[in-house]
Amino acid sequence: MEVPILKQGRFLIATIQAALSDADLLQLRRALIDKVIHFRSQGVIVDVTALDVMDSFATRTLRDITNVIRLRGADTVIVGIQPEVAFAMVQLGLTMEGVATALDLEEGLAHLQQRTARKT
Amino acid sequence: MPVLQDILVAIRSDADIVVARQRGRALAADIGFTATDTTLIATAISELARNIVSYARHGEVMMRRVETTQKKGMVIIARDSGPGIRSIPDALRDGYSTSGGLGLGLPGVNRLMDEFAIESELQRGTTVTVKMWLK
Repeated sequence: MEVPILKQGRFLIATIQAALSDADLLQLRRALIDKVIHFRSQGVIVDVTALDVMDSFATRTLRDITNVIRLRGADTVIVGIQPEVAFAMVQLGLTMEGVATALDLEEGLAHLQQRTARKT
Repeated sequence: MPVLQDILVAIRSDADIVVARQRGRALAADIGFTATDTTLIATAISELARNIVSYARHGEVMMRRVETTQKKGMVIIARDSGPGIRSIPDALRDGYSTSGGLGLGLPGVNRLMDEFAIESELQRGTTVTVKMWLK
């Protein structure tokens, strides 16, 4: 299941639409990083609203994406972590330290606009 | 009278992890677990199935409803005939991993579920049994 990545000005928006296998997550990582480089994007939003489980692999992959994109000088925001999913992640011992999160797409965009305002 | 049917998912690749947790989620919802508990169960299944793929490559996840006179719940048995675990106390310690993973698979699963049991024999395999009860 490929995740569609939309270019919106200086930002990229990846909207996960169904459960992802490990291979799908790695594909998303590759595609996002390629596109950030290609478009010289300043910010990335990954919308995980549709994910009903975020296990250790998904969390680690999202953290990796954020770290690589940060080295390119761009910001990443993870939006839409469901309340039950957040609870399960905490029980499991998963944290998203150093990764920006926001309630939804709108707040994620507001966050990126604020973060990148200083650069322009 | 509910059908006491076992769900068995063969684990051979990372795609089977998704199948196992989706079927487990459906069973948990059918048993009557809340959305939160259903997600905890699906997450535990995901980690257990992932351990099979990472350490043993092949195995199976069996799920079924359990009922005693006092309580109802769900049991998940993740079984493989992989290399086995050298030290179970180490494997249950946070931050310990031999596969280069995050090392919170088993202790994390232990925290997600109500009951947790593990049996392992070197060169023979590992069986993890976890349960969650309806509250």
